[in-house]
Amino acid sequence: MLVYTAKRIVLAILVALTISMLVFSLLYLSGDPATALAGESATDADIEKLRRDYGFDRPVWVQYLSWLGNAARGEFGTSLYFRLPVSELILERLPTTMTLGVSAMSFAVLLSIPLGVLAAMYPNSLIDRSALFLAVVGQAMPSFWFALMLIVLFAFTWPVLPASGSDSWAHFVLPTVVLGYYATPAFMRLTRTGMLDVLSSDYIRTARAKGLRPASVLFKHALRNAIIPVVSLAAVQFGFMLGGSVIIETVFALHGAGFLAWESISRSDFPTVQAILLLFSLLYIVLTFVADLLNAWLDPRIRVG
Amino acid sequence: MNESEGPSLEVENLTVSIPLAEGTLRAVRGISFQVARGETLCIVGESGCGKSLTSLALMGLLPAKAVRGADRLVLHGRDLTALSERQMSDVRGESMAMIFQEPMTSLNPAYTIGNQLEEALRRHRTLGRGEARERAIYLLEKVGITAAASRLQQYPHQLSGGLRQRVMIAMALMCGPDLLICDEPTTALDVTIQAQILHLLRDLQREFNMAIILITHDLGVVARMADRVAVMYAGQIVETGTAAEVFAAPTHPYTQGLLQCIPIPGRTPRGEHLGSIPGVVPSLIGEIAGCSFANRCPHAMPACQAEPPMRDLAPGRMVRCVLDPAGAAARQAEMA
Amino acid sequence: MSVVSSGLPSAQEIVGPTPGQRLRRRIFGHRGIVLGGVILGIIVLMAVLAPLLAPYDPYEQILTARIKPPVWYPGGTWEHVLGTDQVGRDYLSRLIYGAQISLMIGLFAAVLSGIIGTAMGVAAGYFGGRVDLVVTFLITCRLSLPVILVSLAVVAVIGGSLEVVILVLGLLLWDRYAVVMRASTLQVRSLDFVAAAQTTGCSTWHILVSEILPNVMNQLIVVATLEFAHAVLLEAALSFLGLGVQPPLPSWGLMIAEGRNYILFDAWLIAIPGLALFTLLLAVNLLGDGVRDVTAPENRG
Repeated sequence: MLVYTAKRIVLAILVALTISMLVFSLLYLSGDPATALAGESATDADIEKLRRDYGFDRPVWVQYLSWLGNAARGEFGTSLYFRLPVSELILERLPTTMTLGVSAMSFAVLLSIPLGVLAAMYPNSLIDRSALFLAVVGQAMPSFWFALMLIVLFAFTWPVLPASGSDSWAHFVLPTVVLGYYATPAFMRLTRTGMLDVLSSDYIRTARAKGLRPASVLFKHALRNAIIPVVSLAAVQFGFMLGGSVIIETVFALHGAGFLAWESISRSDFPTVQAILLLFSLLYIVLTFVADLLNAWLDPRIRVG
Repeated sequence: MNESEGPSLEVENLTVSIPLAEGTLRAVRGISFQVARGETLCIVGESGCGKSLTSLALMGLLPAKAVRGADRLVLHGRDLTALSERQMSDVRGESMAMIFQEPMTSLNPAYTIGNQLEEALRRHRTLGRGEARERAIYLLEKVGITAAASRLQQYPHQLSGGLRQRVMIAMALMCGPDLLICDEPTTALDVTIQAQILHLLRDLQREFNMAIILITHDLGVVARMADRVAVMYAGQIVETGTAAEVFAAPTHPYTQGLLQCIPIPGRTPRGEHLGSIPGVVPSLIGEIAGCSFANRCPHAMPACQAEPPMRDLAPGRMVRCVLDPAGAAARQAEMA
Repeated sequence: MSVVSSGLPSAQEIVGPTPGQRLRRRIFGHRGIVLGGVILGIIVLMAVLAPLLAPYDPYEQILTARIKPPVWYPGGTWEHVLGTDQVGRDYLSRLIYGAQISLMIGLFAAVLSGIIGTAMGVAAGYFGGRVDLVVTFLITCRLSLPVILVSLAVVAVIGGSLEVVILVLGLLLWDRYAVVMRASTLQVRSLDFVAAAQTTGCSTWHILVSEILPNVMNQLIVVATLEFAHAVLLEAALSFLGLGVQPPLPSWGLMIAEGRNYILFDAWLIAIPGLALFTLLLAVNLLGDGVRDVTAPENRG
């Protein structure tokens, strides 16, 4: 288990470094970043000054290392638009995104796992078909459209919920539903498949042969094994939801890191964009690492070896 | 009849039917047998003859779609057909227990051996964890597992197939059942381990005075373990008797054919062709007219178009065939 | 003279249907495939026949007929069956031409990412060793990138257009191809006929193309349909956020963005293109699920 963990940590670090290089090089996609930053009406002299101010005249790898070094200390420079330290901006917005992420994840889990279990217990029944229908619809539904339709329904037709902003808990209801439903199909399917497999396994037959009560067979024996891949999926899905949060937060004007990302991208606020990209990627790497560990820990075959 | 005497298990006209798209699959078509206390009954037959489904039917573990029927299904004087599912689960693991063919996958990988053993006992008896643990250690030692106390902490994947099967046996015995059903318990194991497990079962039977139903397709296992034998073919029992009787004087043509297929050291002449039974088992979907073995039987005749009766040759010795049993030996010589 | 049946089954009855016939039966018997296929077929036809079907030029702005509601609303006319948008363009025409955009993006992005991902996955699965290590590392890196954010950022830097979106999505969506193709190749590789081909001295290229590829094709098709849908969805999201296809192109996502300001009273402006998107995505998903069910039901889930 220890070796497993060590290997995973090394991998995570390597991936993080590679990603940081990718994120950094994004700035250079347009060619000369100084020109891009300066805007259309800038003179050559303006561009030169910009180049020196931002250090674009140094060799690329020096720029990268200096950026990386600063990032490691949590310094991402100053936002070109907000004129505030980027780290301050992000820290201010992050709790909103995290709140949204956690509540969306809870919604997804509370909806999909019971459904998935029931669907597996009664295959081809009404509940099985309904669960699959829910999953298929969820996969085909564009989240931003779903968000807008919900806004029309619940903020205009029956004005019970706010359409935008992030002041109260009510502002999180619709975003949670949309983002949660976005994650539901994967969970539901994984739970259902996992339970179907497990319920037909030999050790469940043994459990029944011992005369164990149905609840014990289902929860202690079946679910305990079926849930292992779902737990690691949860960690991974949380990462995906961070990406999805960009869309949702923007539609609902929820002031989180995702909305900040879109704002910064639209305004070519490079320092902020780079910081958020790096942050989201790092979060995802950490979550995958945690997922791997959870997976290994929950399965005695890996944990005890 | 006093409860402490009489057969351990009485089965009369047990049927198992499975509705399929193509029709009803009659996998077990009215079998009857008894097992006495302390006796081992071997149900032997080829794959698909319905022997596994029989064992599942006895335990009430049939798949949801399968339908069980029986005129009588009595375990130690208790009518199993009258029990609700809840009551049946009280019986399972307590008065009757079962071990299966694949020890590698029959234990839950997520829990320790100790957890699964103690669980079997505490489901049916109110005992403290300490007492349950003691019983687990006792039984692990009984099945020949050394360092039993430390084994309790181990997970199934840390044990070999042979060890896992011993654990399964110990688990089945946790509540001291009256009847132990073993469905091909040694088929998935190495030959050397097979012998050990069978030997173990024999010893345990003697010690705990259990009735054992041993399901197998291996005549060698039958020879070693059986007090009595029931030969199954196409969902029916075609011959019963003591092991000695059936091996020495097989009466049903199918049994004769089976024994013909095995080389017997010292008896089968060298270089001789081994027998084989031509043809295939008939489909069990829908009704089967007449004797199910007729299409493969060398002695088939028009009378076989009708359902052959079960003939009593002696107490406990029965054959389902229209042929005159007296000519069995002659017919067997003919086939050699 | 009557023909007396011999009572024995004929050769055809014994042999039964050919594998091809059986597969065809399963394909057409599967409700998801049929439904998905029909809907997709209709949308494809709509896109191909757009110049014939669309009553108006999708770019033509009729400023005197702005935000006319669809025909089933009070005030709607048959002149503009689905109404007009905020600059008077006929919605039905834009919807029909919008299909072209979604389908093109889906197709080209899926093909581009398919080529990249399949090459990587098959190479990793077949050659193993260092190739596998590198590919797996690249996949892990790719999976750590938030696709939406990266796409947004890239498009923001180099400017948005149909071609750019296809390129960006094509270069980003190869991960599932790589993972699935790698797994399938590993599976197929260990089968006997591959060993047979190797021992008879077939070239690596020949083995890959003639032995491995046909056997992983089923999985490839399933992944392709899923990534097609993924690309369509992402383009719609990018265009909705203003960083995808640019106006005046009739991208359904863009139409939703443009109609957003009017959702209070004219919700149909976003309902209609959204429904179109949903229908297309549903059809493709049903098709992909169906193909998987029919060819490898054990992977169902």
